[in-house]
Amino acid sequence: MSEHVVSPKIYVLVFLTLIALTALTTAVAFIDLGPFNTVIALAIAVCKMLLVILFFMHVRYGPNLTKIVIAAGFFWLLILISLTLGDYHTRDWTPSPSGWSSQQAQGTPAGSSASPAQASPASAAP
Amino acid sequence: MPEVQAAVAHQFEDFEQQHEADSLGMWVFLATEIMFFGGLFAAYAIYRSLYLSAFEAGSRVLDVRLGATNTAVLIGSSLTMALAVWAAQTNKRKILVACLLSTMLLGLVFLGIKFVEYSQKWEDRLVPGLNFAPQGELLQHFQQHHAALPEVELYFCFYFFMTGMHALHMIIGLGIMTVLVLEARKGRFSGMHYAPVEISGLYWHFVDIVWIFLFPLLYLIGGRY
Repeated sequence: MSEHVVSPKIYVLVFLTLIALTALTTAVAFIDLGPFNTVIALAIAVCKMLLVILFFMHVRYGPNLTKIVIAAGFFWLLILISLTLGDYHTRDWTPSPSGWSSQQAQGTPAGSSASPAQASPASAAP
Repeated sequence: MPEVQAAVAHQFEDFEQQHEADSLGMWVFLATEIMFFGGLFAAYAIYRSLYLSAFEAGSRVLDVRLGATNTAVLIGSSLTMALAVWAAQTNKRKILVACLLSTMLLGLVFLGIKFVEYSQKWEDRLVPGLNFAPQGELLQHFQQHHAALPEVELYFCFYFFMTGMHALHMIIGLGIMTVLVLEARKGRFSGMHYAPVEISGLYWHFVDIVWIFLFPLLYLIGGRY
């Protein structure tokens, strides 16, 4: 299996598909589809990536062990991106306790009373 | 049989096992590269969502024609790299050297176009830290789209760091290709010994995949309609 020689015909077909997908993703970028512009651009990029991995990088003809290692790599990436984004986008879901002097707290009623240590330089001004 | 024996290192049962170990080792390295570029992509996703208008306004400044051309050039270099592996497997030495040289040539074309883009950004005073001070029409463009300049500067930090890291990988790839061409000319590779071509190909295709994501993320999803 691993000595599988992929014929140049398949390589050229994959190449032509990749070029067509590049043209498609570029064309779609000039049409207003709202949030779907980003979704479609990323979906096409994932398709192109799969074509490169499966055919140019011979993973389609490779052992399952290689596939598991690659899947593990991308799964780790998924954890990295989803948990980091989850952190950033849920930080202001709960109000900061009073006395905490973060930038968000200053805008909320709960944070209007700053801690004495933080308040001293500000109160010294007037 | 003696040739087959010579091509298999003594710790392996047979050629197939050796081949699988070779590419598996390379894929483990590429998994670390996924994490390396993945950190950049995650940071980009966070700051793009925080400063969307600035990142979109910054994105529209990029030349989409040059970006798309570069994508096609890089995909072309991946094709010649894949054909190089085929040529090595089927003992076609001249085609192998020609394919490797075309891969290098297309890689250099990519870097050349990248250099043109970078110098345009330098002239437009869009290089963070060195000369970031957009003027005239560019400044109006950012103001029209309510893009704060420090946030636009952050976009260009990502642009230069991500494309720069990608370009650095390309330059390393060109170095690897040079070694491959020299070895291939001596006839070192054959259907029984093509692991170096295959492994270097995996690296080259990986760098191509990084660009496949950089192109839409940096150039395309900035609301160009």
